Amino acid sequence: MLQEAAREGYDCIIVGAGHGGAQAAASLRQFGFAGSIALIGAEPEMPYDRPALSKDYLAGKKTFDRMYLRPTDFWSARNIVLRRGRRVEVVDPSSKTITLDDSTNVSYGSLIWAAGGAPRALTCDGHNLSGIFYIRNKADCDALIAALPKAKSAVVIGGGFIGLEAAAILRGFGTEVTVVEALNRLLSRVAGEPVSRFYEQEHRRHGVEIRLSAGVQSIAGKNGRVSGVRLNTGETIAADLLIVGIGIIPSVLPLLIAGAEGGNGVNVDEFCRTSLADIYCVGDCACMTRGSGIRIESVQNASDQAITAARAICGELKPYDAVPWFWSNQYDLKLQTIGLNAGYDATILRGDPATRSFSLVYMKSGTVIALDCINMPRDYVQGRKLVETGARIDPTSLADTSLSLKDLVRQ
Amino acid sequence: MTTITLKTRDGSVHEFEGREGRSLMENIRDAGFEELVAMCGGCMSCATCHVYIDNVPADVKLPPMSVDEDELLDGSDYRQPSSRLSCQVPLVAALRGIAVTIAPED
Ligand SMILES: Cc1cc2nc3c(=O)[nH]c(=O)nc-3n(C[C@H](O)[C@H](O)[C@H](O)COP(=O)(O)OP(=O)(O)OC[C@H]3O[C@@H](n4cnc5c(N)ncnc54)[C@H](O)[C@@H]3O)c2cc1C
Ligand code: FES
Repeated sequence: MLQEAAREGYDCIIVGAGHGGAQAAASLRQFGFAGSIALIGAEPEMPYDRPALSKDYLAGKKTFDRMYLRPTDFWSARNIVLRRGRRVEVVDPSSKTITLDDSTNVSYGSLIWAAGGAPRALTCDGHNLSGIFYIRNKADCDALIAALPKAKSAVVIGGGFIGLEAAAILRGFGTEVTVVEALNRLLSRVAGEPVSRFYEQEHRRHGVEIRLSAGVQSIAGKNGRVSGVRLNTGETIAADLLIVGIGIIPSVLPLLIAGAEGGNGVNVDEFCRTSLADIYCVGDCACMTRGSGIRIESVQNASDQAITAARAICGELKPYDAVPWFWSNQYDLKLQTIGLNAGYDATILRGDPATRSFSLVYMKSGTVIALDCINMPRDYVQGRKLVETGARIDPTSLADTSLSLKDLVRQ
Repeated sequence: MTTITLKTRDGSVHEFEGREGRSLMENIRDAGFEELVAMCGGCMSCATCHVYIDNVPADVKLPPMSVDEDELLDGSDYRQPSSRLSCQVPLVAALRGIAVTIAPED
């Protein structure tokens, strides 16, 4: 009995103190959860705003003390035990215990897994050279920032949002930048062709070299340091440093080993419940098998899933049904996305990309499913209704910028 | 230090010392008022930091609203003439006695 009492345990343990984990802990208290809560995260910092890393923080425009998601006394004031710099290594659902990287065992009533993902790493020859950077957390970003003053040239591997945001900022510092993308256009995983071509042009206009349909064969080095990138096109691009942004691998191994269903992340239902009793999963590492059927990497998704899981733990089963949205800032371009374009079968351009202000509307079977709005907040806010209602609107009206989307909703 | 008077959605009124040089959004967030979601961290991409500015000293003008801020606010069903995105309003010493209400959630 005494021994039992001495063992550490919490009514709810949240693994990962990023966007999802922080929101889950805060929401549990908001919804009146009276039990004990521990928020355990591998990073040494208090929960912070991750998107700013590849934006204002990298640019030196925002100091880290302005990036905390909550004030530093928030957690203790709400009786949430925040354990930083600790990794959860094992989950044992039968004894409802987790094991930390210092070998301590901690028992849980409910578990919310919000561990995000780790950057997909290069595996080609030369991947261990120094001078190769990823941008997932503050430590990564600080290492890059420290290396930048000595670097005249950089190669960004991967033409996704993080790589392109970094490229834009490096250009601001005057660094020579080449972006290498394996597919035939930038942002190919996330955006339609007109958006890709627009960003390609903008980056070129700002002096970024771009190589499309170019695979990385190996990393060239000198004295243990990166000196360039060899492409499968035969070209070698000299570079003082590399930034790799080729996606993430969801951090879910302990859950999969524990028997949770999944593969690309852990599968969850519309209440963020995994196949294991009392274990929930939210954010970048959760794959919602019902509804959207996919894994989404965004702050909105992590926050709203965290709220869904916290509700469920408090006994209120409310299915996750938020309309996804996302943003990216490059140069003076603000991209705002509403909806998910997965499976689109047509796109309609609203406005002229040459004006640097336009939207791309994604359609599926005649209904509006998503919009990418570039320097076009009006379409972003008004397009939300179209996405929410799955509006069927004829393409000519959608393309007509003299008509506002608000008016089209009413039609 | 500039005192901020904040009315939250339950109608209760709070007073706290704000930090100049930071936005109103950062001040409200850092005082622990979590109902101001501010999901984009202040980069004017989300409109989840919507407030009403109820009172500013008569001799002070808030920085004008940009077209983008205006359009983002237009997406709210609760827009009023006093609406602002709080991440776009820096707190300056002249704003002593500023009174703010967190707008309803859209
Ligand atoms: C540079 C960058 C820019 C981005 N820009 C945008 C943007 O503009 N807009 C947008 O919507 N989204 C953006 N994103 C994505 C967004 O940040 C993520 O979708 C969001 O952070 C996901 O939240 P999460 O809680 O799932 O994961 P995270 O925020 O990554 O948090 C997971 C945490 O869990 C910790 N962890 C991992 N494994 C363990 C373990 N075993 N034990 C304990 N702790 C563990 C990690 O260290 C991390 O701190 C960006 C991401 C990055 C990296
Ligand atoms: S915090 Fe997102 S617009 Fe103000």
